Amino acid sequence: MLTDPDLTPEGRAWLDGVAGAEGWETAFTAAGRHVGRDHADAARVELLRVARPDAETLTRLYQRGDAAERRAVLLALPELPLGPEALPLVEDALRANDARLIAAALGPYAARHLDQHLWRHAVLKCVFIGVPIHEVAGLADRADIELARMARDFAAERAAAGRPVPDDVRHILSLVPDFPPVQEA
Amino acid sequence: MRIFDPHIHMSSRTTDDYERMRASGVTALVEPSFWLGQPRTSAASFVDHFDALLGWEPYRAAQYGIAHHCALALNPKEANDPRCTPILKELPRYLEKDSVVAVGEIGYDSITPAEDEALAAQLELAARHGLPALVHTPHRDKLAGLERTLAVLAESELPPERVVLDHLNETTVDRAADSGCWLAFSVYPDTKMDEARTVAVLRRLGLDRMLVNSAADWGKSDPLKTRKVGDAMLAAGFGEDDVDRVLWRNPVEFYGLSGRLDLGERERPELFEGNSIARGAPAGR
Ligand SMILES: [Zn+2]
Repeated sequence: MLTDPDLTPEGRAWLDGVAGAEGWETAFTAAGRHVGRDHADAARVELLRVARPDAETLTRLYQRGDAAERRAVLLALPELPLGPEALPLVEDALRANDARLIAAALGPYAARHLDQHLWRHAVLKCVFIGVPIHEVAGLADRADIELARMARDFAAERAAAGRPVPDDVRHILSLVPDFPPVQEA
Repeated sequence: MRIFDPHIHMSSRTTDDYERMRASGVTALVEPSFWLGQPRTSAASFVDHFDALLGWEPYRAAQYGIAHHCALALNPKEANDPRCTPILKELPRYLEKDSVVAVGEIGYDSITPAEDEALAAQLELAARHGLPALVHTPHRDKLAGLERTLAVLAESELPPERVVLDHLNETTVDRAADSGCWLAFSVYPDTKMDEARTVAVLRRLGLDRMLVNSAADWGKSDPLKTRKVGDAMLAAGFGEDDVDRVLWRNPVEFYGLSGRLDLGERERPELFEGNSIARGAPAGR
């Protein structure tokens, strides 16, 4: 559970005052200005956890949110009583090129609900744009032969271009023991 | 030389521009919302533009060590198009975002009743959301447009010290200065102001409430004009502190009126080993 023990007393008092209260959506937007931007993720997730919004409300907050608000919605998903109905938000974030959104999208909610094909592509995208894959929830459980094949092909492409193969590729391959190792160029 | 460009349209620029700007000393900027280079066909198009100014552009800028804030508004040109004006109803939600430091750019284009209405409504939004306003003066019929702008301002709740009048030149700057508003100059290669004329105005009127920007949009423009004005000021005998005042402290003071300027800790995205944009480029600039 994402909570923030380092919140200042003023920040904590503000958050306790707005959590679950009428107008919490406005507080969700302005949270960074009240608790400090370093604590905004945790404060926003707490607001969502208390409010328990349905998928429709979450979708509105995400679609009309700035990058930080979107990230908070994604981070909160595994802590909310939701089935797969919020998946379109995860898929939207995975289409973006903002590494912070992609990392936030690949938490336990995606591990639980995201379709295997999209999930593999998301993992490969992480390797591609440099999001460390240890941030991907459930990686060891969901990694399969097809993901290993994609990682190996990616490694071959990098090697052909004379570029280094990211360590994360080897990590993916190590998760799929039956798969033949990468041939270095 | 540390530079804050208070008005520059980065959506129309490349990553090369970000790189050159950073190398020239630009470490902060404000991007006002504007048109797409061609008319929009719906209000939803503004939503995508606002999304870019609140997400993608700050992300791009951060990779070059530049803090990106924005000003949001329905622009004067498109205030005349009934397909676009519904965005006014959506604006209040966006004006609450952390990185929004002004309402802008607003003002007049063809000086029509629809523009009157949009200007007045958005000045009121600025007052209600605790934001200053970036008001551009029209390119055609500039002096008459300035008079009309000042008349609408006088009727609004927003005091002149929370308003900047932009795209000023020798024919409008004195009247604008009398109003008590902040004064801004857009420096372009062939149009609006150039470096030498800008320096001459600064010498004549002083540095108080003066802002200089490169605006850099879809047309022929130069995102390094702020730096070139700084160099021209030094060459003309201004001191380093004078340059710092015009190119850094003044814009920080003006947009600081929003209470939302975040410069102390550059919000850099966690630069994992190079990301989609920086891929292949040295990380951690
Ligand atoms: Zn402009």
